[in-house]
Amino acid sequence: MTAETTDTTANATDTTATDTETGATATPMGFGRMHRKEDARFIRGRGNYVDDVRLPGMLHGAILRSPHAHARILSVDASAAEAHPGVKAVITGETLAGMDLAWMPTLSGDVQAVLATDKVRFQGQEVAFVVAEDPYTARDALELIEVDYEPLEPVIDARRALDEGAPVIRDDVEGRTGNHIFDWEAGDREQTDAIFERAEVTVAQDMLYPRVHPAPLETCGAVADFDRVTGKLTVWCPTQAPHAHRTLYALVAGLPEHKIRVISPDVGGGFGGKVGIYPGYVCAIVGSIATGRPVKWMEDRSENLMSTAFARDYHMRGEIAATRDGKVLAIRVKVLADHGAFNGTAQPTKFPAGFFGVFTGSYDIRAAHCEVTGVHTNKAPGGVAYACSFRITEAVYLVERMMDVLACELDADPAELRMKNLIRPERFPYTSPTGWEYDSGDYPRALRLALDMVEYDKLRAEQAERRRDGGPLLGIGISFFTEAVGAGPRKHMDILGLGMADGAELRVHPTGKAVLRVSCQSQGQGHETTFAQIVAAELGVSPDDVEVVHGDTDQTPFGLGTYGSRSTPVSGAATAIVARKVRERARLVAAAMLEASPDDLEWSVSEAGGRWSVQGSAEHGRTIQEIAMAAHSNLELPEGVEGHLDAVTVYNPPNLTYPFGAYVCVVDVDPGTGQVKVRRFVAVDDCGVRINPMIVEGQIHGGLADGIGMALMQLMAFDEDGNHLGASFMDYLLPTSMECPSWELGETVTPSPHHPVGAKGVGESATVGSPAAVVNAVLDALRPYGVRHADMPLTPANVWSALQGTPIRTDLAVT
Amino acid sequence: MQITVTVNGQPYTGDVEPRLLLVHFLRDGLGLTGTHWGCDTSNCGACVVHVDGTPVKSCTALAVMCDGHEVTTVEGLERDGDLDAVQKGFAECHGLQCGFCTPGMMLTARWLLDRDPDPDEARIREAVSGQLCRCTGYENIVRAVRWAARHEAARAGAGTEARAGTGDGAAGGTREGTGP
Repeated sequence: MTAETTDTTANATDTTATDTETGATATPMGFGRMHRKEDARFIRGRGNYVDDVRLPGMLHGAILRSPHAHARILSVDASAAEAHPGVKAVITGETLAGMDLAWMPTLSGDVQAVLATDKVRFQGQEVAFVVAEDPYTARDALELIEVDYEPLEPVIDARRALDEGAPVIRDDVEGRTGNHIFDWEAGDREQTDAIFERAEVTVAQDMLYPRVHPAPLETCGAVADFDRVTGKLTVWCPTQAPHAHRTLYALVAGLPEHKIRVISPDVGGGFGGKVGIYPGYVCAIVGSIATGRPVKWMEDRSENLMSTAFARDYHMRGEIAATRDGKVLAIRVKVLADHGAFNGTAQPTKFPAGFFGVFTGSYDIRAAHCEVTGVHTNKAPGGVAYACSFRITEAVYLVERMMDVLACELDADPAELRMKNLIRPERFPYTSPTGWEYDSGDYPRALRLALDMVEYDKLRAEQAERRRDGGPLLGIGISFFTEAVGAGPRKHMDILGLGMADGAELRVHPTGKAVLRVSCQSQGQGHETTFAQIVAAELGVSPDDVEVVHGDTDQTPFGLGTYGSRSTPVSGAATAIVARKVRERARLVAAAMLEASPDDLEWSVSEAGGRWSVQGSAEHGRTIQEIAMAAHSNLELPEGVEGHLDAVTVYNPPNLTYPFGAYVCVVDVDPGTGQVKVRRFVAVDDCGVRINPMIVEGQIHGGLADGIGMALMQLMAFDEDGNHLGASFMDYLLPTSMECPSWELGETVTPSPHHPVGAKGVGESATVGSPAAVVNAVLDALRPYGVRHADMPLTPANVWSALQGTPIRTDLAVT
Repeated sequence: MQITVTVNGQPYTGDVEPRLLLVHFLRDGLGLTGTHWGCDTSNCGACVVHVDGTPVKSCTALAVMCDGHEVTTVEGLERDGDLDAVQKGFAECHGLQCGFCTPGMMLTARWLLDRDPDPDEARIREAVSGQLCRCTGYENIVRAVRWAARHEAARAGAGTEARAGTGDGAAGGTREGTGP
């Protein structure tokens, strides 16, 4: 089953004043463009973000951070800070060492310093924590802490991290003599190499996916409240994975898990950066335990950019072997992965390079091999933290750049080259050469739609004319991506031993109103609306009659949370299944009410709602609301039927889901200044069945802006001393309304065969797919100048340098 | 220092530290947490409020600078239980996701519509270009402001007709001059 529609409203001139033009009309039940339930509070300024949490007697914390990228700590003198009026406590690495809390486990099985004891290993690393009556006093006191550092030579260039004689960053680990973390490989090296040896054409290209930061508008922070009487610890923090945090706090701090409650309130954007536990959270907890009062810690923007999870930082060399007529036969990749000072990437245990193994992308390629080497540098830890679907961003960028490099080599049209190599619809379910089983897809259809929408042939004609007549350069870039989202299955995927399966609980009150409790956590994705719609569709009730509870570990079932686009594929599936369980319980109650056999009942949903009725006799039926009341009444139920309709489930996905899409970006480049202007961006996405198309389109819009940001603007470079050169929004440039065009969206619908409602997840698709389209467009514009590749971000300076024949290294400061 | 600031029509008098930022005065002093803080450097605009009707980034203004002035925050947009057209537009057009930039975006949009009741897309993009949204890609923010403009125009049209009979010639559809 496939359906195809296009939404070109992005281009429509909005001249009428009807509400219907937004398309967001409320639906009585089920899927559709329903307005978001959560907006009522947000448009009134009544959201409740972590910094809005105010508790009686609350104190405020601030963190002293290292100015050095690599230095030995000789001494820390906090006496003046402790004596400062209003200061309640100063916590140092030594304090924490006394509690066995100076180090905490990372999500990759490494350890990370909470507060440094021996050395600092990146600029901005946490050194001391001040707790004071108010945040201004806490900041004042930071100035009074004397730290004596002995600066050490830092390792900044990842390509030098494994050099003989390179400074050893992690001398805290016994026996460590270098900066090597891991080697990981996938695919068949021998088979791949053999194809390369015989191939008619081979191409190779070095490329960097630079270090970037997701920079949600809300920074990280926490409010910790330890009750000395009950022993209960409550932590408010904007986490994407509240249950995982609770378990980790229990393991780290030795507190009993039932005495820990993690509340993730409204979250002001996460994008992956709010998955992990940061030292500030632990400091706030220790601060509360030490003072007996609630402690709030909020980082500022520079702290956010310098110390919380970065993303990417993959130095890649891609190679493709092909026939002269453009059939890709094999692909191989070598990656040097900069993981920073601590290996803190948030990814399933068996996947040290995340899901980079899907680097064969959307193409039917006979053989593939990749090897990834992870190294330490004197930079902040992180690595999987920016809507990347566990490194699929890097994989898609690699293969989509390589397809353009091959097109360049063969002098082939990049669209035709892709069309020739796309996996054909009849090949699904498709097993990739590195072992991934793609669930469903019709790739050529999506690419054709995107090319039609953008009027590809017309653009190529305009480009030819421009190239003939001079003037601003026109570039057309294509990216075709396949995502793998919705981790588990749990037998393959866990984080620190916690399997990636998620629970859902559905309570139906006597009047038929329902409360759904889920383990995933919205950071703006609209779960309170979407998940209510899933329940509504399954039970034939209004979404307004379904309350969604999330983000509170005392109130929701266990699960691994929201990242890797897993909410709809995992928790959405759990929601549909738990609603079906409720429906089946309702069948038994209805049978008792109707004095019929359950097997003789049939379920139907009409405009009046959902009801069980006797087959062939619709008038003999009961609505779900009537059944709910009866289930709580004194109605005599058959033996074995418990009464009530409530149900619980845990969903362990049988496979990932594989959304895909075809993107075309059109840019104008000024050869005199190197300035790039995105003229158009056409995005055709297939994320299976869309539960709320309005929300899906919003997710795509945001990801497309991310792509423009990463491709053109967002730069986190370091100088030779390890100074972070993108540590504020004055230096780390994010796309504004001026850089973004009006997005043009199209869609195809290929349902996932194994997801209960056929949905696939979409949160990260556009962030994954769009950077390559922008970069390919810019490089397409520069092609007459003989430029085959330049690294992101393609700033005016970088583009101009590329036009002069010397593209710059974007990870290091130009000195 | 003792200051008196009128916030959303309500005068507040109190002692503040001279260095206290306006955003902290509003959030921590008055409990108006709808105004957010996002960057320190006047780049993100999550903290935008109106001071005497003009959008100001409250992370870069001191509370004492507002002594004797009128401040409007997101909490002041709704009047007598009626949402502002801009608030309705953001909900209608999915102009928000995480909601963190939304108060600042809406206040800038309100300012724009007070001066230009029929802004085109380019004008809207320019007006919010000093503010960041990490979720929406700006598309639906533009649509939300256009929605608000159209609905205010429609309401003003209806209002003008109604008022024509009573001889009330005041311009409808704009709140400029009405002040908090």
